[in-house]
Amino acid sequence: MDLVNALVALLNFVVIPATAYGAQLALGALGVTLIYGILRFSNFAHGDTMAFGAMATILVTWVLQGAGISFGPLPTALLALPVGIVAAAALLLATDKVVYRFYRRQRVTPVILVIVSMGVMFIYNGLVRFIIGPDDQSFGDGARFIINARQFRDMTGLSEPLAFKTSQGITIVTAVIVVAILFWFLNHTRTGKSMRAFSDNEDLALLSGINPDRVVKITWIIVAALATVAGVLYGLDKSFHPFTYFQLLLPVFAAAIVGGLGSPLGAIVGGFVIAYSEVTVTYAFKKVANYVLPENLEIDSLAQLLSTDYKFAVSFAILVIVLLFRPTGLFRGKAV
Amino acid sequence: MVPEATQEQHPVTPAGTAPFLIGDRMTGGYGAADILHDCTVAVEKGEIAVIVGPNGAGKSTAMKAVFGMLNLRSGAVRLDGEDITTLSPQDRVAKGMAFVPQTSNIFTSMTVEENLEMGAFLRRDDIRGTMEQIYDLFPILRDKRRQAAGELSGGQRQQVAVGRALMTQPKVLMLDEPTAGVSPIVMDELFDRIIEVARTGISILMVEQNARQALEIADKGYVLVQGANAYTNTGRALLADPEVRRTFLGG
Repeated sequence: MDLVNALVALLNFVVIPATAYGAQLALGALGVTLIYGILRFSNFAHGDTMAFGAMATILVTWVLQGAGISFGPLPTALLALPVGIVAAAALLLATDKVVYRFYRRQRVTPVILVIVSMGVMFIYNGLVRFIIGPDDQSFGDGARFIINARQFRDMTGLSEPLAFKTSQGITIVTAVIVVAILFWFLNHTRTGKSMRAFSDNEDLALLSGINPDRVVKITWIIVAALATVAGVLYGLDKSFHPFTYFQLLLPVFAAAIVGGLGSPLGAIVGGFVIAYSEVTVTYAFKKVANYVLPENLEIDSLAQLLSTDYKFAVSFAILVIVLLFRPTGLFRGKAV
Repeated sequence: MVPEATQEQHPVTPAGTAPFLIGDRMTGGYGAADILHDCTVAVEKGEIAVIVGPNGAGKSTAMKAVFGMLNLRSGAVRLDGEDITTLSPQDRVAKGMAFVPQTSNIFTSMTVEENLEMGAFLRRDDIRGTMEQIYDLFPILRDKRRQAAGELSGGQRQQVAVGRALMTQPKVLMLDEPTAGVSPIVMDELFDRIIEVARTGISILMVEQNARQALEIADKGYVLVQGANAYTNTGRALLADPEVRRTFLGG
């Protein structure tokens, strides 16, 4: 029995990666849930919006790196982030102007907007590939680890290593800051409250004199910021590969729906539920189990419920279960 | 003495005393078919006008027409002598009209105080004084101001709805069945509050299902049948009219 080493292994392979991944999903799901709450459709282009924002940030990062500008131990991409957000906001506002607004004026049903957003998704998809190419891009720099495996071993003398990547630390800290700002904005500013009112009861919001065009515009800008931050953090943590952002759409939607579409708090909780489920179900618990179990009971199997190739099945399964038993999600969002 | 209710096709307002708000000879509907036929409703300054009538008589439609929520084929809406027929509902809010819909008339996920704040969205001045007045009018809302409006009882929700509408400091308050689905005690309470609001000089135009009680507090009553004016008189006179009693008030 070696509880300490078991705990360290669990922390290293499950808790830290899942928390960082959960924060990325939560930021993505917040964007999806805001659009659902205010514009009343599921935006399938959200994954590719994240890719576009990340791409814009990467291009600016390269320029900064070329000019020899760095951010010390932190990745240069953080300096480029505001420019990426502006680029993504410009893209979303332009898309709204030429595409979504037309359908809004026709007062089409939400399902038509969903299909429209799929069209937009393919265009963004092509746009990103056209500009930066379909391959992996690396753009992370600065210190790689906050704590690396050897430091940790020297510090504690434990046999089990623990590594805490800078990208993971930045992801968690940034997500906390972004979420805090978002909630403060929604709950304490006049504009934020008008967005909540619009989401709650559109007709009454109009009767109260809330300008729908302004609400929609501000929503797109916030969504651009959330998507870009999520996309950049994911890219720093894993790598930037346009296709993975398209694949992220499933866990991001699962997170938003599990939490309850339209509920920002639900999106955050949903993000962590999906991330923790995905990581724990696909992690081989052999090592942790053998630290905890008495010697004569040690196991030889991997103790892995699902191969990592099936990680998307986890989001899908959770999605189906939630839709079957609690269609409005954990935090009572709108019914899907 | 029994005052005589006039049965008339086109109620005509005496010259020189144009009502504060009037939907004058309105004809129109949502689609191709007209729901309102030459229908007139009006309210004087600081008075209460009530629209009653059987189900499907077009009461709510008349209300929505006055507020600009449907297109009129003919007729006009005038506020304080100004023709506002072509204004959007939002512009009418800015002109001093407030409307409390029959359903979905509060922001359920927001607190009572936030509901009131949203009511005052168009105002840029200090709204705390108005909010205090509303808390004085509906004291229960002061206690519940940090609670989500959706968690309140039916009567309290109606108070929030009326409070939200009053936050714009309107000259006319339009209520679409404010007592729908509340208990008789709460209904009396709500009517008392509505009278209080009218005493502050705000004109009130409302549609009511509880015709008898509503006519008791009404300065003016409009009985609509199939989208047209059937009887128009003071509330008291309508209540006393045997014909109105027999056909609409159940004897």
